[in-house]
Amino acid sequence: MAEPHITPPRLTLRGITKTYPGCVANDAIDLSIEAAEIHALLGENGAGKSTLMKVIYGLVKPDQGELLWDGLPIDVRDPAHARKLGIGMVFQHFSLFETLTVTENIALALGEDAGDLPSLAERISAVSQKYGMALNPDREVHTLSVGERQRVEIVRCLVQPIKLLILDEPTSVLTPQEVETLFVTLRQLAEEGCSILFISHKLNEVRALCHRATILRAGRVSGECVPTEESSESLARMMVGDDTPISTDYPKVQGQEPFLQVRGLTRLSDDPFGVDLQAISFDVQAGEILGIAGVAGNGQEELLGALSGEDEVDNHDAIHFPHGAVGHLSPRERRAAGMAFVPEERLGRGAVPDMSLKDNALLTGFLTGLVKRGLIAHGKTRDFAEQIIERYRVKTPGTETHAASLSGGNLQKFIIGREIMQQPKLLIAAHPTWGVDIGAATAIHKALIELRDQGAAILVVSEDIDELFQISDRIGALCHGRLSPIKATPQTSINEVGRWMAGDFSEPQATAETISA
Amino acid sequence: MIKLEPRGQHSKLMAWLSPILAGVLTLISGAILFALLGQDPIEALHTLLILPVADLYGISELFVKAAPILLCAIGLSVVFKAKVWNIGAEGQLLMGGLIGSACALQLIDAEGFWVLPIVLLSGMLGGALWAALAAWLKTHFNANEILTTIMLNYIALNLLIWAVHGPLKDPEGFNFPESAMFSDSALLPTLVEGTRVHYGMLFALLALVAIWVLLSRSFLGFQIKVLGLDARAARLAGFREKRLTWIALLISGALAGLAGVGEVTGPLGQLVPQISPGYGYAAIIVAFLGRLQPFGILLAGLLMALIYMGGEMAQINLGLPIALTGLFQGMLLFYLLACDVLINFRIRIPALAKPVADTIAIQEEAAR
Repeated sequence: MAEPHITPPRLTLRGITKTYPGCVANDAIDLSIEAAEIHALLGENGAGKSTLMKVIYGLVKPDQGELLWDGLPIDVRDPAHARKLGIGMVFQHFSLFETLTVTENIALALGEDAGDLPSLAERISAVSQKYGMALNPDREVHTLSVGERQRVEIVRCLVQPIKLLILDEPTSVLTPQEVETLFVTLRQLAEEGCSILFISHKLNEVRALCHRATILRAGRVSGECVPTEESSESLARMMVGDDTPISTDYPKVQGQEPFLQVRGLTRLSDDPFGVDLQAISFDVQAGEILGIAGVAGNGQEELLGALSGEDEVDNHDAIHFPHGAVGHLSPRERRAAGMAFVPEERLGRGAVPDMSLKDNALLTGFLTGLVKRGLIAHGKTRDFAEQIIERYRVKTPGTETHAASLSGGNLQKFIIGREIMQQPKLLIAAHPTWGVDIGAATAIHKALIELRDQGAAILVVSEDIDELFQISDRIGALCHGRLSPIKATPQTSINEVGRWMAGDFSEPQATAETISA
Repeated sequence: MIKLEPRGQHSKLMAWLSPILAGVLTLISGAILFALLGQDPIEALHTLLILPVADLYGISELFVKAAPILLCAIGLSVVFKAKVWNIGAEGQLLMGGLIGSACALQLIDAEGFWVLPIVLLSGMLGGALWAALAAWLKTHFNANEILTTIMLNYIALNLLIWAVHGPLKDPEGFNFPESAMFSDSALLPTLVEGTRVHYGMLFALLALVAIWVLLSRSFLGFQIKVLGLDARAARLAGFREKRLTWIALLISGALAGLAGVGEVTGPLGQLVPQISPGYGYAAIIVAFLGRLQPFGILLAGLLMALIYMGGEMAQINLGLPIALTGLFQGMLLFYLLACDVLINFRIRIPALAKPVADTIAIQEEAAR
C-alpha cells in the first residue's frame, strides 16, 4: 500500500490501549484497513485480538487511543452505534435462538431496523442468493448445520448497508469445502468495496485469502506484512516469537491389537437438538492415534458421552475393552480398567474451577493410590500435582492455585498431564488443543505421541483437521451421527476427509482421473 | 436498570470479613430500630447481647441453646457443600425428638446404661429417616429438595402435635399435651454440676470435629465438595451423584435428629409440642454465617444462641415482643447475603437508556 491515498482508510486505529486488572490486553495498537481490503488479524489466544475487535465494535472502551472512521475521529458508543456506521460482526460463538426461524432471528438482532417480517425475508433471500450463501429464511435454526448458522450471522450483517465486516475465527466451524465457499463470498464482498477484518490463527487460510495482515503478540503489534509474500513459518514466528518450538511432523505408525472396540453403537441423544448416533463402529488399537474429524454438533458430544460412561448405552456390548463389554460400566469403573479421558470443557468438567490444582489432581487421580482407607493422602496428592506441573511445564504459582486462574493452555497441559501420568491404556481426548496457544499445542501433541509410543491406544476427536493430519495414524470423520470409513492418514487427503465431514462417504469413482487431473 | 458485574478477584479475607460486616450492620440497624421504638439503643443492645451472658448461669444457658443449633448447622454444612438445599433441619429435629421420645416412653420402666444410647440412636434414626424421604423424592423423582424439605417440616410438626395430644400423651397428665417425664436412665447427664449444660454440647463439638475430618480429610467429603462445585466434573470422574446426595442428606438428618432427641432427653425431660423455637431454621443462617466451616459455625452458633436468649431478655426487661429474635436473625441473614453479593459483584448503573437492538449486544457479550 505504498501509493498515496486519495481517500482516507476505512478504519484507522491509533495507539489503542486497553488494560484489565493484571494484564495489558492491547498496548498501543495501530492498524488501518482500506476500503475493499481483506485484512487479517493474526495472533494466538490471549494476544489481544478479541479485545481489539470488541473495541472496534463498541463493546469495550479503550483506555487510550483513537478510532478514525473514513478519516474522522469517532467514539463507537455501543454495538448498535457500530451497526449504524456500517460495521458488522460475526462472532465465533453464534447467538441464535434455536426455536426461531432465520428471519425471526435476524429481526431480533436488527431491532427496529428490521421492518416487517415478509419484506425482511425477501431481503434475506436476495442477499443470500447474491453472495452464493444458500439459506431458507423460513427454516428454524435448530434444523441448520453449523455452516448454515454462520451464514445466518453473515447475512444478518449484510441485510444492512455494510462497510466493514469483522469475522472472528470463522473457519473453525467449517469443513474445508465450506471454507472455500466462504472465501468466494468474502472475495466478492471485498470487490464490492466492503472491508473485511478476518481474525484467525490459521496461517494457510490467511495466506490464501487476505491482502494484508497485522500480527499481534502479547497485546502488541509484532509485525505487518502481505501474507502471500510470507511463508507459514515466518508468519508463525511473528505470532509466537523466536523462543517457542513450533510443531513438527511425527512419524506415522501401525497399531497393534485393538484396545477399544465400538460395534454398532446407536444412541438417541438426550438433547432435543442433539444428534443421534447411528451404528457407529470402529477400533482404537494399542500404540496408535485414531483421529475423528467433524464439524461440532455432528454427534461428537454424544459419542464422547457414551465412551466416557457419563451417558448410558442400551446395548452394553457396543463398547468393548479387551476384557469384555464395558457399555454398562460407570466412568470410574472404566478408569479402573485403564481408560483416561480429556473432555472438551476444561473448566467445569475436566477441572473444578474453584478447587486447587492439588484437588484437581485428585479429581481423576484417586485410583492411583492417593486415597488410603477413605482418607486423602494429602502429601502424595501434592507430590502428584507437583509432578504434573513440572513434567508438563504448567505455568502456575503452585499446587494451591485454583484451576480457574490458569490460562486455557496451561490448564489443558495440566489436565492432559494428569491423565497421561496415570499411564492409561486408552486415552480419549476431545479437542485437546482447542483455544490453546501454539507452544502449548506442540507440547500436548508431543505428550500424546510419547504416550502412543509407550503402547497406549489414543482416540482424538477434534474439529481441527490440520491437527488430526499431524498427529493421527488413522483418520475418520463424523457427520450427522454417522462415521465415515477410516483410513490410514497417508492414504487419505484433507479433501477426502472434508467430503466425509460433509456426509459424502462414497469412494471417488474416478480416482485415477482426479490424480491425473 | 441496575446491573451487577462480577468482580474478577475473590478475596479470601473478604469472604471472612463479610459475616463480621453483616454482624456490625445488624447491630447498627438494631440500634436504629430500638431508637425508633423509643428505647435507649445502647441499653437495649446491652440487654439483648451482653446481659444474657453477664453471669456464669447465663453462659451455661448459652451452651444449652447453642447445642441443638450447632448440631443442625454442622449437618447442614455437609449438604450445602453438595449444593443440596436441605431446608428441613427443623422437621428432622422434630422427628428426632418425636421418635426418640416414643422410644424413651417405651423404655420408661427400663433401667441401665444401654437405655440412653438406644434412645439417642432412635432419635438420630428419626431425623435421618425424615431426610431420607427428601433424598428419595429427589433422586427418584427429581423433586426439588427445597420444596419437599419445607413441606416435610410442617408434616413433622403436625405429627408431633398429634402424638402429644394422642398416643404419647401422659395418661396422668391432666390432659395437657405433653408426655410423661422420661425415666432417669433415658436422660442426658449434665456436663457441669449445677447447670443445665448437657452432653448435647459435647456431641455438637464432636460432630464439628467429625465433619471437619469428613470434609477436609476424607475422599467421601472430597466427592461431596466436587459434586457441589461442579456436578459435571463429578459425573465425569465417576462420583455417584445419587449416592452422595443420599449420604449428605442422611448425615444432615441424623445430626438434626440428634439435636431433637438431645432436647427432649436433656433440658426438657419429656416430649412437649414446643421442642424447638425454630432451631432448624436458625441453623441455616448459622451454617452460612460460619462459611460452612466448622470453626465459623461454632462462633456463629454461639451468636445465634445469644440472640435467642437476648430476645427473651428483651421481652422480660424491656417489654419488647419476642419477634425481635426472628427480626435479628433475618437482618443477619439479609446483611450477610447482601455483603456476599457486593463482595463478588459491583453495582453498575448504566447512565442512559439504550435502544432495543442492544439486547443482542448483551447476548453477544455473554457469549464471549
